[in-house]
Amino acid sequence: MALAETTGIAPLGTQDLQRSGALSRLATQHAPILILGLLLVILPTIASDFILVQVVGWSMILGIIALSLMFLAGYGGMVSLAQMTAAGVSGYMITVFGASSLPAISLFWPWWLAAPIAIVIAVAFGTLTGVLSSRTEGIYTIMITLAIAAAFFYLTLQNWPIFNGFAGFTTIPAPIAFGINWKHPIPLYYLILFFAALSYAVVLYISRAPFGLALQGVRDNPRRMEAIGYNVTAHRVAAYSFAALIASIGGILMVWVNNQISPGSAGVEASIDLLIIAVVGGLGHPIGAFVGAIIFVLLRTFALDALVSVGLDGRRFQTLIGLGFLVIVLFSPDGVIGIWRRVATRIGASNGRTTR
Amino acid sequence: MATTYHEDGASGVATGRDALGRWIGRHPIAALAIAVAVIFVLWLVLAPWPAGFEDVFGKKRLFINALFNGITLGGLYFLVATGFTLIFGLMRNVNLAHGSLYLFGGYMGYEAGELTGSWLFSYVIAFIACAIVGIAMQFLIFRRMEGQDLRQTLVTLGLSIIFSDLMVWVWGGNAIQIDTPDYLMGPTATPIVVAVKSGGDAVFLQYPRVRLVIFAAAVFIGIAMWVALNRTRVGVMIRAGVDDRDMLSVLGYRVQLLFILVFAFGAGLAGMAGIVGGTFQSISLGEDSHFLLASLQVVIVGGMGSIPGAALGAIIIGCAEQFGLVYFQNYATVLTFLIMVVVLALRPQGLLGRS
Repeated sequence: MALAETTGIAPLGTQDLQRSGALSRLATQHAPILILGLLLVILPTIASDFILVQVVGWSMILGIIALSLMFLAGYGGMVSLAQMTAAGVSGYMITVFGASSLPAISLFWPWWLAAPIAIVIAVAFGTLTGVLSSRTEGIYTIMITLAIAAAFFYLTLQNWPIFNGFAGFTTIPAPIAFGINWKHPIPLYYLILFFAALSYAVVLYISRAPFGLALQGVRDNPRRMEAIGYNVTAHRVAAYSFAALIASIGGILMVWVNNQISPGSAGVEASIDLLIIAVVGGLGHPIGAFVGAIIFVLLRTFALDALVSVGLDGRRFQTLIGLGFLVIVLFSPDGVIGIWRRVATRIGASNGRTTR
Repeated sequence: MATTYHEDGASGVATGRDALGRWIGRHPIAALAIAVAVIFVLWLVLAPWPAGFEDVFGKKRLFINALFNGITLGGLYFLVATGFTLIFGLMRNVNLAHGSLYLFGGYMGYEAGELTGSWLFSYVIAFIACAIVGIAMQFLIFRRMEGQDLRQTLVTLGLSIIFSDLMVWVWGGNAIQIDTPDYLMGPTATPIVVAVKSGGDAVFLQYPRVRLVIFAAAVFIGIAMWVALNRTRVGVMIRAGVDDRDMLSVLGYRVQLLFILVFAFGAGLAGMAGIVGGTFQSISLGEDSHFLLASLQVVIVGGMGSIPGAALGAIIIGCAEQFGLVYFQNYATVLTFLIMVVVLALRPQGLLGRS
């Protein structure tokens, strides 16, 4: 249980012990997260709008969607490539029911009606994905979900009445609600930060709630869970529904930040990028999704200049991403947070104390 | 004949007939429905249509063209998917770089064709080039992580990203069309009536010769594979490996060699399919994920690890795509997707797969 020990998730047996330690332990164990949170809250005072929304904000959105994948893969053992698609469904639906530059398609309903409808449709989509892929087991999941993701991509590409074909939708304003214009960088940043923190906390909570524990049991030994009376399929499908809920929130934020959505936003490449984010960050802990996302966005934003500055062709960015991903998969299956943990343990050991 | 392929191959034909008979005996209604459907489609193809029909199905020419395009496209899909399903069946490796192999084969075939001017020779080059890549992948990487399904799949994913970027680097983003050789150019007359002129003369279907020839080649390759799997020693080893890999290696067979052989063959087929695809349509950036998706759908519908399943799935998906394009343009992909959903709901292991 190296995972639980270093990150403060109590293994089952030590839960009571942990409770007695209470606040001081909580503060020390979660110090990195608390400091990071504080930094993110005060970031608008020091960072430019570009860094704020396009780098940090965009990372958090990708992090939210990757978090849904991490939840499924890490706790449920189901590597779904359709999470970006779930985000894409809600993103498309918010433009169809909400506002865009296409009055022929968009219904221009207010945000408090359009957003919940978009989320409900995305959750229904996620549930359907779950029902389908739970029909088979293990490695088939990745094939079926990839096929679903690709089918949605080609649907959005070919369909004009609802999805407006390859052009997609542009000029999708974030709403004006409670007297605040959420289009402006600072409110938008805080909106993203709020939902990122919320989804992170909820996933962390569920991972220790009965449902999350049962899901991890299903991941480790479905037959045994079935034997002691758990409905394995129902747990899996419910996990898909919950993951789609998180992804759909990310999808709506994605549309508001980018101000557009097109087939590429939720295409096969985007789905694969999302898997890369989750795997590179690490599937062992929810924070991995956000770590992977910030690495990915930093690379995407600055790799071109970096590659050129060392005399390489800046257009080979994809090769760089692919190679980095290969290195992680081959040498550190638990991702960057796995490397971080091993380094931390080694430092801890050399200082003559353990991490506990 | 999936059942025969999985059962004792030594008496293939005889058990094949028996198994079919047994299946009909067990599912008389399904067998009757399939027979009626087959006869109906044959009648649709061969007979001139009565007047009311064209109101429902549109012009017969359109219908027949969609059917022929679908079946020949199915031949192409079969070539791609059969390697995918073999590799999956034997090694439990979901090779997500399979689409990249297809694209690479297409490009290599194009280069070979430009260099030598021989269309047939380019197939040899594409097969060898892709087989070498396949051997390298199996020998250098997958051999080291046997039994780790997910990690292998993730590695193929990483490889596919690198491959596609490198191919863009070398060949650019423009579509490349491989020229059809002169002796296969132009249409072939078929004995199928598509319309009757006002004077009473029948109009026969003209269909591109190259597509018919390539489809025949795909059928030939399929039959050759079936024979190889059922009649040769290596085939027996492969089928045994699909059933129980560990047992086969315990019995002293060189499983690693077999894996390399199958990987090379599957990759080589994908490479040859790349030339077919380049001749039918064109090869360009993005075709790798298109054909990866097609392989996935074919294998999910037909049954994972089954060659006859790949053939059936390829025809179904190819026809669904082409009919979708003709009859409901905006929702063509939904049709293939729906087929997949129905198959997963009724037979999660695929039409000819084993549970």
